[in-house]
Amino acid sequence: MPVTDVQQDLDNLTLTITADFAAPVERIWRVYADPRQLEKVWGPPTYPATVVDHDLTPGGRVTYYMTGPEGDKHAGYWLVTTVDEPRGFSFDDGFADLDFNPRPELPVSKNVFTFTEHDGGTRATYVSRYASAEALKQVLDMGVVEGATSSINQIDDLVAS
Amino acid sequence: MTEESENRADALFHALADRTRRDILRRVLAGEHSVSALAAKYDMSFAAVQKHVAVLEKAGLLTKRRSGREQLASGDVEAVRSVASMLTELEQVWRGRIARIDVLIASDSHQEDPPCP
Repeated sequence: MPVTDVQQDLDNLTLTITADFAAPVERIWRVYADPRQLEKVWGPPTYPATVVDHDLTPGGRVTYYMTGPEGDKHAGYWLVTTVDEPRGFSFDDGFADLDFNPRPELPVSKNVFTFTEHDGGTRATYVSRYASAEALKQVLDMGVVEGATSSINQIDDLVAS
Repeated sequence: MTEESENRADALFHALADRTRRDILRRVLAGEHSVSALAAKYDMSFAAVQKHVAVLEKAGLLTKRRSGREQLASGDVEAVRSVASMLTELEQVWRGRIARIDVLIASDSHQEDPPCP
C-alpha cells in the first residue's frame, strides 16, 4: 500500500498523509496537471469527478463536479495559491454552485501537496486543514465521504445536547 | 447548526488545545479520579487544576459527581472519539484518492509492455 504515514492533529483539524508511489515526481505531477487524469483520481467510484476548468497556476482555478448515483451533481473549486512544478502546489478547496460560483457559506479547506524524490520513486505529502470542527463536520455531511459509514452522529449528539 | 451548538464545538476545541487538559483527559478516560488526586499530579495549584477540569466539563468531555467531600471526574469516551472519528473519515477520502493514483500510474507500465501473445 502506498500510504506510509497518517498524522491526525486533533487540535488544528489537520490531516497529513504520506504516500510513496513507484513513479517519478514528474509522473505524479502529471496526475494533477492533466484534468483527464485528475478526474480519474479525485472522486470515489460512486461519485466520479468531472474537471471543467483547469488552470494550475498561482491564482488560477480548477473547477469540478461529482455525479452521484441518482445523477445528483456536487460542484467544487480549487483556488490555486502556490505552484512549484513539479514539486508541489497548494490550493483552497471549496464548494460551488453548478455554475461554479463559490458558496462562501460552506467551509474551505487549505491543502498543501508536496512531491519529493524518494528511493527512485516519489514521496507525496498531503496536508489538509479545516478552520473548525464545524467546518470539517459540514464537509463530511456534504457527502465527501468515501464508502465509510458516517460517524458524524456522534458529534451531532455531542453538540446538540 | 444553531448558535448554541457552534458554541459547544468552540468549547470542545478550546478544551483540547491545552496540554495539561489533554493530560487530565487521558487520566480520567482511563478511570474516575478525584480532583484532588489529579491536582497532586501537576506542579500547579488545586484551583488551577480545578479550572482545567471545569473547562473539560463545559466542553462535555468530562463529567463530575460528588462523593462526600470529594469531587470525582471521569471522561466521556464517546465525546473524545467523535473528534478523531471525523478526521478518520476524512482520512478514508484521501486513502481512496491515493489508491486510485497508484492504479493510474500502474496502468502506464502495463501499456508500455509488449502485448501478450
